[in-house]
Amino acid sequence: METSPLIQMNGITKSYGSNVVLRDIDLAVRRQEVVVVIGPSGSGKSTLLRCMNLLERPDGGDVRIKGQSLTAKGVDIAAVRAEVGMVFQRFNLFPHMSVLDNVMLAPVQVRKRPPEEAKAKALALLAKVGLTEKADAKPESLSGGQAQRVAIARALAMEPEILLFDEPTSALDPEMVGEVLAVMKTLAAEGMTMVVVTHEMGFAREVGDRLLFMEQGAIVEEGVPREMFESPRQERTKLFLSKVL
Amino acid sequence: MDFRFDIIEYYAPQLLKGTLLTIGISLAAIVVGSALGLGVGFGKMSSVRALRWPVSAYINFFRGTPLILQVLIVHFILIPPILGTTNGVVAAIAALGLNCAAYTAEIYRAGIQSIDAGQREAAYSLGLTRRQAMRFVILPQAVKRMIPAFGNEFIVLIKDSSLVAWIAVPELMYWSNAMKGQYLRVWEPYLTAALIYFILTYSLSKLLGYIERRV
Ligand SMILES: Nc1ncnc2c1ncn2[C@@H]1O[C@H](COP(=O)(O)OP(=O)(O)O)[C@@H](O)[C@H]1O
Ligand SMILES: [Mg+2]
Repeated sequence: METSPLIQMNGITKSYGSNVVLRDIDLAVRRQEVVVVIGPSGSGKSTLLRCMNLLERPDGGDVRIKGQSLTAKGVDIAAVRAEVGMVFQRFNLFPHMSVLDNVMLAPVQVRKRPPEEAKAKALALLAKVGLTEKADAKPESLSGGQAQRVAIARALAMEPEILLFDEPTSALDPEMVGEVLAVMKTLAAEGMTMVVVTHEMGFAREVGDRLLFMEQGAIVEEGVPREMFESPRQERTKLFLSKVL
Repeated sequence: MDFRFDIIEYYAPQLLKGTLLTIGISLAAIVVGSALGLGVGFGKMSSVRALRWPVSAYINFFRGTPLILQVLIVHFILIPPILGTTNGVVAAIAALGLNCAAYTAEIYRAGIQSIDAGQREAAYSLGLTRRQAMRFVILPQAVKRMIPAFGNEFIVLIKDSSLVAWIAVPELMYWSNAMKGQYLRVWEPYLTAALIYFILTYSLSKLLGYIERRV
């Protein structure tokens, strides 16, 4: 294992007005690690994730990616975000572009890849998520599961160091959850570093290297998923797990 | 009632010239107003207070005072020091364009803010800069939603351009007034002008409807 973590968060705090959403969070994510975050709605899971690519700016504390501080002055935020992929609950595909253009946009505009090269890469990624035949389709014609797989391909096209997933299967019909989780499992097996907010406890148990339980803006407990599911140390973890398992 | 088609026929060349000038002034004002409105709209959305305040004042002034006054102010107060002389056509385009910008600014703002925040976030998460996100993700979607509002604004502008007859710009309204003065008749000049304005606005609304279906 590498010594310096890919993501290092120290003393992260965040409030919206008087609503304290993150309370002094410390978290390190090592390369190739899959960290699964669970917790009740409103506990700050999304906010924590969004602090990792500065979609939200923490009020206090420091976020480092590969040792480089994101919160320091003069940091090129766009350049940092290019290395940190994100997959959203609502997919957020660009509806005015074809599936292929969704995947090619950032490599061409941000990485300045030649369009031909970006297209070949995009088609390879669409093949990887099983959607080659949808390359020319518009997002509106996709099912939820297909849309989320395109969103994953779009994030992968930037060859990010790490992928953040914010409840990637929560907006899906139950029969489509499996196809998205399958893609995520493949990525994990290939060594992609991932932070995954999810309610899919099966995925957490099977794929997660580490499980974090959040409540009221704090990490209440963390550990190896299997152990935490079987013998949670904190009462609050026990209570939450008894409701969701 | 005797409706004298012969005087319409006699005045046809002037009415045609006037109509062409009405179209020209309106088109120029639409271009000026749309371009300026984009800047004003972004100013209104800016996080910089020192920028938002004058922009709001601009919008409030042009939306809150009579257009005819704006035309007179631009013509008699604003343009002479710049050009060294009055110039009706320039003043007409400037006044209508400035007024139009105050309305299109709100159309741009509303259109841009109507796009789901998730679109911007997805663009940012891929490493796009604010400018790139605006250009490739937000604006293409917003523009489509803006088309009906722009259409209304342009139709209003064509009709409002008749006010510049007050500063003797020889457009359609001016010539129908002249016609009335020469023959001391009201039906022929006013009905003819009304019909021409109607044809202009009706064709524009049809054209915009077509564009809206195509994009
Ligand atoms: N942009 C925002 N403005 C104000 N409050 C917010 C905003 N985003 C999140 N919150 C609040 O922060 C808290 C945590 O939200 P979130 O991180 O989305 O929780 P989770 O993802 O665990 O459901 C909630 O109380 C939510 O209402
Ligand atoms: Mg959430």
